[in-house]
Amino acid sequence: MSVMGPEADHYPHPHLLGIEGLTPGEITLILDRAQHYAEKNRTADKTSNILAGSTVVNLFYENSTRTLTSFELAAKRLGADVINMTVGTSSVKKGETLIDTAMTLNAMNPDALVVRHGDSGAVKLLSEKVNCTVLNAGDGRHEHPTQALLDALTIRRHKGRLHRLTVAICGDIAHSRVARSNILLLNTMGSRVRLIAPPTLIPSKIDRMGVEIFHDMEEGLKDCDIVMMLRLQLERMEGSFIPSVREYFHFHGLDRAKLANAKPDALIMHPGPMNRGVEIDSEVADDVERSVIREQVEMGVAVRMATLEILVQNQRNLAGDRK
Amino acid sequence: MMPAIRAKASGKTAFVNVRLLDPATGLDQTGGLLTQDGIIVDLGPSVTRDTAPGDCRIIDGEGRCLAPGLVDMRVQLREPGFEHQETIETAGKSAATGGVTTMVALPNTDPVIDDVAGVEFIARRARKVGLAKVFVYGAVSKGIEGHEITEMGLLHQAGAVAFCDGVKTIASPRLLRQALAYTTFFDGMIIQHPEEPELSRGGDMNSGELATRLGLSGISPLAEVIQIERDIRLAEMTGGRLHFSHISTGESVEVIRKAKKRGLKITCDTAPFYFALNENAVSDYRTFAKLAPPLRSEEDRQAIVMGLVDGTIDTIASDHNPQDQDSKRLPFAQAAAGGVGLETLLPITLELYHNGHMSLLEAIGKVTSAPATLMKLAGHGTLKPGSSADIVMFDPDRPAKIDPYKFQSKSKNSPFDGRLIQGVVLRTLIDGREVFTHTSCIEGS
Repeated sequence: MSVMGPEADHYPHPHLLGIEGLTPGEITLILDRAQHYAEKNRTADKTSNILAGSTVVNLFYENSTRTLTSFELAAKRLGADVINMTVGTSSVKKGETLIDTAMTLNAMNPDALVVRHGDSGAVKLLSEKVNCTVLNAGDGRHEHPTQALLDALTIRRHKGRLHRLTVAICGDIAHSRVARSNILLLNTMGSRVRLIAPPTLIPSKIDRMGVEIFHDMEEGLKDCDIVMMLRLQLERMEGSFIPSVREYFHFHGLDRAKLANAKPDALIMHPGPMNRGVEIDSEVADDVERSVIREQVEMGVAVRMATLEILVQNQRNLAGDRK
Repeated sequence: MMPAIRAKASGKTAFVNVRLLDPATGLDQTGGLLTQDGIIVDLGPSVTRDTAPGDCRIIDGEGRCLAPGLVDMRVQLREPGFEHQETIETAGKSAATGGVTTMVALPNTDPVIDDVAGVEFIARRARKVGLAKVFVYGAVSKGIEGHEITEMGLLHQAGAVAFCDGVKTIASPRLLRQALAYTTFFDGMIIQHPEEPELSRGGDMNSGELATRLGLSGISPLAEVIQIERDIRLAEMTGGRLHFSHISTGESVEVIRKAKKRGLKITCDTAPFYFALNENAVSDYRTFAKLAPPLRSEEDRQAIVMGLVDGTIDTIASDHNPQDQDSKRLPFAQAAAGGVGLETLLPITLELYHNGHMSLLEAIGKVTSAPATLMKLAGHGTLKPGSSADIVMFDPDRPAKIDPYKFQSKSKNSPFDGRLIQGVVLRTLIDGREVFTHTSCIEGS
């Protein structure tokens, strides 16, 4: 297909730090492989030994249950040995710097590091200090590439394509790495992205990333194919971004009335965990006809299997070339 | 350890066959300069190898430039309190290498320079080190906490050349008003770091597209302009002298330009970062380019250049802010702001000349006579006979590459790392003593 650009026969990057810089071909390559695992994961034969003997370290500087579990399961299904390190913020303050931790872990010769960190750019910094492949599992407000990939896979499974779709991303754009990665991916694949949020949650000059901005939900949702809701990240908010949760839900929470403006077959998505009654009404979130929120979680494992496999195999090939 | 005695050189030295640059008098001509016992005694076309007194050392400049040593009005010495980042001695060596012969130090040390003893401590240490001459700013508020004014009159008498709260904004309008009013009785000057603290709090870099893409918190250019606009009102009300340091936005230039037209006692400086770099230097989370104020847009950078050209921006200061590796090798949001500047002040300032924005004499004026006049440092930043022989000889055209690992400064955090420059310091003299000699000028080499 012309809009997809040339096909990629391999993934040429040493890490997965973000969607930025990936070509449509590379994204498709990952999604195709993830689709393979999505099918396999629904069978009784879920596991393989494709990464047997390799070590995957999940280094999480922020609390996360779903992403950590998803990565852990993905690595285990590929036969890798997995170690989870959850580093609370308080213990970081006590001692080791990020780079010291990276050097320590590097000395243990892992094959892949999966890193989540509260600061934008921290995962990239770490990737410069280690010899193994690094997967960004979310850095500050910057990027969360596997989330964008799993969202893309979910969309593709339902809509059959990733181009010429109108996707509304709604809510706390300012604090969202999910929004940034999704904007980059959807634009790269040829879809139109709308952002809908109160002005205080729209970051400065984000229109330059090639998106349309709306403050009014009804207007913004008009004729959308996909409605992607974001978690209101109250824990990241310093100062008055919204007057109250009640007011937020009134104007920007997704309920059936607002959803009626989107296309009748529009999908409802949410990266989780949901604040029910804050950004999304339970009636809509649990609508089996429209909501693909649970499928997103399922695709998460598949996408993480695909990216781990591609990156670790790449690294093995590189090591082989050097010998 | 024997303290070095800061002595004036004895005897006579003649610099011949040089391009004399003295912005204070507008002199730009080929000739020579004669010093005796650390004082400039004669200069002009009449000083040549043939006319020089028989008993004097002769240095042939081979047509290179000879200018007053640079006067850097914004330097953090980090001593006392942060000696792992810089000391008066390492800053002095860094200054000598950069052609800087006079530094004015910020008071944000530990302890803070907010009393007479602090001023005297710095003066004594600087005398012992015997490198660049060191003047200090007294703190505006005790402990730079922003509450009560210091003993400004006594500090002034002890030698504090002006007052500032280091890298902190004097946020309270009441405090700034009192400080501006109080210092009028001895014609003192207040130096403001213009960054509205509430608007800039928690910010990492210039707000805009790049900050949004990188997921970093933005600091709006408005944080600077709002502070400047408010403070101009206070200066007008009190009749005090107010100087804004390291301005970084086009709107700041515009607002200050208007205030100057109205005859207010407002002046300002900028640092080489702000006319030589823009926010793109931060891409890829380069913490060495994390500065306060942050690097701005290309339009702002150009406006800063124009502000220098039309004189709205009076001076250029290095804003030398040494930070150790541990403070910079961190995720961007956690990294310290600031860059070293003493050793890059001259070559980056020369870019204004090489890029055709101003004459060589004008560019040198921004880092010599202009800051000396502003700080009322008589006899500094000029080659006038009778002045101390604080001199820099440099080749304005020689190409080089900035390599922070060769810096004399204890810290290597330069946003100019790897930049190709034109302009190399060949010799630096303080009171006639040669404190730096470029390897290419060492006799016999």
